[in-house]
Amino acid sequence: MMSALVSLNALTRRFGDFTAVNAITLDVQPGEVFGLLGPNGAGKSTTIKMLTTLLPPTSGAATIAGYDLLRQQPQVRRVIGYVPQALSADGTLTGYENLLIFGKLYDLPRRDAARRAREALAFMGLADAADKLARTYSGGMIRRLEVAQALLHEPQVLFLDEPTVGLDPVARKAVWQRLGDIRAQTGMTIFLTTHYMEEADSLCQRVAIMSHGDISAIGSPAELKASLGQPDATLDDVFAHYTGDQLETGGSYRDTSRARRTAARLS
Amino acid sequence: MTLHEPAALPPDSASGSVSGSALAPLFTPGRRDLRTRQSAAPLAFFRKALTIAELEVRKLLHDPTDIIMRTVQPALWLLVFGETFSRIKAIPTGHQSYLQFMAPGILAQSILFLSIFFGIQIIWDRDMGIVHKFLASPTPRAALVLGKSLSAGARALPQALIIYVLALLLGVQMNWNPLALLGVIVMVMLAAACFSTFSLVIAWLLRTRDRVMGIGQVLTMPLFFASNAIYPIDIMPGWLQVIARLNPLSYQVDALRTMMVTGSVSVNGLPLDFAVTLLVTAALIALAARLYPRIVQ
Repeated sequence: MMSALVSLNALTRRFGDFTAVNAITLDVQPGEVFGLLGPNGAGKSTTIKMLTTLLPPTSGAATIAGYDLLRQQPQVRRVIGYVPQALSADGTLTGYENLLIFGKLYDLPRRDAARRAREALAFMGLADAADKLARTYSGGMIRRLEVAQALLHEPQVLFLDEPTVGLDPVARKAVWQRLGDIRAQTGMTIFLTTHYMEEADSLCQRVAIMSHGDISAIGSPAELKASLGQPDATLDDVFAHYTGDQLETGGSYRDTSRARRTAARLS
Repeated sequence: MTLHEPAALPPDSASGSVSGSALAPLFTPGRRDLRTRQSAAPLAFFRKALTIAELEVRKLLHDPTDIIMRTVQPALWLLVFGETFSRIKAIPTGHQSYLQFMAPGILAQSILFLSIFFGIQIIWDRDMGIVHKFLASPTPRAALVLGKSLSAGARALPQALIIYVLALLLGVQMNWNPLALLGVIVMVMLAAACFSTFSLVIAWLLRTRDRVMGIGQVLTMPLFFASNAIYPIDIMPGWLQVIARLNPLSYQVDALRTMMVTGSVSVNGLPLDFAVTLLVTAALIALAARLYPRIVQ
């Protein structure tokens, strides 16, 4: 048995009385594309924020590539790539400059940073737009630019928080395509959150369904569909089953406002 | 450079089997392996702070309108306020002309004004995901803060240039000693670092653009008027003298005045001026670095 690349052990985060993430335990194997699914407010983003060292857990532990999340933060930061949910490319810089700056922050020598920036842009299909300001990019291009940023230092695991939220179907497909290419070429482990079942179905080997801070189901999309006992169950059915048909589930005003702002900027 | 050991997928992998196909790194091999590059920590620290400042300089080069807009206010102060008060000779400035006395004060003022609102930028960056990405990268928090304060310095230096040009046009006797010019550059950077980091601390405590804007408005005028920028401290009432002597801006103005124009003698002595500014800035950077991660939580 290969040791897990990402391993969560009873990872918990509370905000006051509210338990956003409730002692979740799971392993992600090297090379896996793992999807964390759930409605707004289920704790997906909080989980990703903890795994990317942005938010200290209230209790529990996790390791990433063998590094302890709490005690070895600098090492953890070196081996992860992160694409936040909110728009994170700087519109006042060119695509190339966005990458160059991050290459340097990841300790790449200047020449390597410059060369890798060009290669990553080409890989993400942005070579022609490299020297245009990012604010002239379409939503799909911005997302691909952000993924390129996160790849520069060849992370062992790539964290993507709602990578296609607010994108039109064509742009969404293009992002999936590139993520598939990355995985096919490098075998990079990918940990993503989404609430698009279609996305999870086509990208992920395994998914976990989160609801109110708990993992309510975990397995391959095929296993989860089979678990319902209906012959032609879709992942949507699985989602509805395990999140308990909640009509309106969590997601504060601030979350909603942020998600809509992101959507507005990307469209 | 291989990324990591090629990985076999779990047997139940749902789609797109990778196992069996040859895995390749994304990038052509570089001069050095990323993981062997653990450059000396202090060096990497300053390299990263400079990278953050480089980001700001690149922004300014793409869109210099901000620099141009910011020439208006100091020009008005020098031309309208300065010229008028020069005529009525109401403020005792010794053998110096009033314009000569106030020009360095106006430089300090414009640095204060551009720096005190610097925290708004970090709230923009927070509302987008930019701060998140910086924090998830292996960049020390203090390097992020130092980089931001150097960014404010990068915006302040063009201000110094503009005020030198205006002062020359108005016939102010400037001090062209190269060492003094270098000193002015250093003090301009330090003053910008000081108040921009102060603004970052405020931003991290107040967390919204509106509040930072509001408190910035509230703070700028007292900081400016309770200083030696446009009149000497000696002519103030006693209670105001105390405040002015606690105000870091007074030390910055004193240093700039000593180094920028001819015929000035430092009130505090340059070493004290630099020491106070440096100490306050270092303390603020340390505080800001501690607060930095809180902004995304």
